[in-house]
Amino acid sequence: MSENKNSNGLLGWIDARFPLTKMFEEHLSKYYAPKNFNFWYFFGSLALLVLVMQIVTGIFLTMHYKPDGELAFSSVEYIMRDVDWGWLIRYLHSTGSSAFFIVVYLHMFRALIYGSYHKPRELIWLFGMFIFLALMAEAFMGYLLPWGQMSYWGAQVIISLFGAIPWVGDELTLWIRGDFVVSDATLNRFFALHVVAVPIVLLMLVVMHILALHEVGSNNPDGVEIKKNKDENGIPLDGIPFHPYYSVKDLVGVVVFLILFSVVVFFMPEMGGYFLEHANFVPANQFKTPEHIAPVWYFTPFYAILRAIPDKLLGVIAMFGSIVLLFLLPWIDRGKVKSVRYRSTTFKWLLVMLVVSFLGLGYLGALPVTETRTLFAQIFSVGYFGFFVILWMISKNETTKPVPERVR
Amino acid sequence: MRKILIIVTGLLLPSLVWGAGGGYTFPNDEIEIDWNDKAAMQNGARTFVNYCLSCHSAAYSRFNRVGEDLGISDELVRENLIFTTDVNGHKTKIGELMKTTMTPEYAEMAFGTVPPDLSLVARSRGVNWLYNYLRGFYVDESRIGLGINNGVFSNVGMPHVLADLQGLQIPKYRIQDDGQGNEQEIIVGFEIVKAGTMNKSDYDKTVHDLVAFLDYLAEPYKQTRKNVGTGVIIFLFVFLILAYALKREYWKDVH
Repeated sequence: MSENKNSNGLLGWIDARFPLTKMFEEHLSKYYAPKNFNFWYFFGSLALLVLVMQIVTGIFLTMHYKPDGELAFSSVEYIMRDVDWGWLIRYLHSTGSSAFFIVVYLHMFRALIYGSYHKPRELIWLFGMFIFLALMAEAFMGYLLPWGQMSYWGAQVIISLFGAIPWVGDELTLWIRGDFVVSDATLNRFFALHVVAVPIVLLMLVVMHILALHEVGSNNPDGVEIKKNKDENGIPLDGIPFHPYYSVKDLVGVVVFLILFSVVVFFMPEMGGYFLEHANFVPANQFKTPEHIAPVWYFTPFYAILRAIPDKLLGVIAMFGSIVLLFLLPWIDRGKVKSVRYRSTTFKWLLVMLVVSFLGLGYLGALPVTETRTLFAQIFSVGYFGFFVILWMISKNETTKPVPERVR
Repeated sequence: MRKILIIVTGLLLPSLVWGAGGGYTFPNDEIEIDWNDKAAMQNGARTFVNYCLSCHSAAYSRFNRVGEDLGISDELVRENLIFTTDVNGHKTKIGELMKTTMTPEYAEMAFGTVPPDLSLVARSRGVNWLYNYLRGFYVDESRIGLGINNGVFSNVGMPHVLADLQGLQIPKYRIQDDGQGNEQEIIVGFEIVKAGTMNKSDYDKTVHDLVAFLDYLAEPYKQTRKNVGTGVIIFLFVFLILAYALKREYWKDVH
């Protein structure tokens, strides 16, 4: 413990009763992170920033929002017009949800290119994937709350997917909605889950994600374990204390992020209909289906996979499968070398294929279906799943470059 | 009832997947809205309360807020913008929401549907759509009762409320291939058959101003938003310089 120092004063008093200094040292001032973090390593701290922002803005929205089928839509407009700075709080929250996914997708891509899910970091990856899952649930349920046409029909479509499950499907959708259609009952339970249940799970998972990370230490762009080379004090030679080095570096990342974020919040909060869909400015009407229903952009890659497959049940299986495969990544990738820098050309091409497929699916998922588009969605789906299949096949006997002893 | 809904939903679900491609509509002009042109918005507000608010509401907006934002005094708002009354027949108060006097039941009887609230119509439809829609009414005797159709919103239930301003027009058609070997008739222009009180350019200006007002109505805080945003971003750039300098200072000793 910290009895030898800070034994006086307020901090000493606290430290004798609560491991404040100990925790600060363990996770910040004496947490040694590799010194070669690059651009891709900003997104972890940014995800944390967005999470906090969503919680804070969410609290203020909850003060004015009414989770009631009759009042929900107008309470959002009340926030936008009559609540002081309500428009800002609401746009921060709505843009924040999209920003969250952008940051998380980039964070996951980082893990992919530098092999951050490899042994001994499998649990970090799994916790991360559960965070991603919780985030999707959180975003999906949050999107119902404004109670616009797209909120309503998007929820209707997504919930109906569970109906494809044999035998229990219909009962399951009924149980999720709490009614035969998406209704006030659905809105109320989604509100409860969105503001209480899922955030608690999310926060818990984030703590576990970070604890697991700090237990094994951070990976880096070279995929070298810095703990293998320590000095006489047991400090990694290539490590630097997270605080102050990365706290000041991440601050730069935070400001750059906030600039880009502000451009959207203040100058293009609808983002051309991608962040706030036009149809969602019409109150939910269960008798009137919008011409074209598309989920918000961050779900479109998975939605495109669903639509690419003609059979509904198989489509649903493929869609969920596309996420399950991500969970299994630490075991699908049987390679010994972590970083893309020292992996084979085949692996690099596989990454390209994955990125192109994922972006292609995301683009197609937002558009109405045509024959050509379905064909492309099918090709991209094959590309997406192909990544995992081919990775599993090639990674065991992959020709790799020699990995350096120390980070460069 | 619920069973029917479930069935209808089930039948509609596939249509979501097919979606509806945007078809050809006429007119299809584009407009620019100048947010500093308060005069245009005031003019639009006048048209709005005279022609729209009788059937449509703008129930998320308040009269005094409109006055404040568009630079119209409370007195002038009371005299020139408030023509509605409450249930007791008293003139609507200035701080109230811009609701229509028409009851939903009456609207249902008269139009077969309740006219939608217009507070957000500029955000759901877009300003170009509104500009074209309001200029796209034409004579169509096949529509019993209304006698009117619309080149942008086919078979719309709304009568041509601005007909005394615009007059009545008939469409000029052209036959063209729809891309799949079928012939289709498309509207390529209009011809006035009964003059209104305005000529074409005055009418276009009136509609433009009305749309400018609707655009304001959909997001009254838009100008504030941009002003605040500019300040925030300038601040962040200054902060960025400081944050970067701090980072450089600390990282000097990392090799």
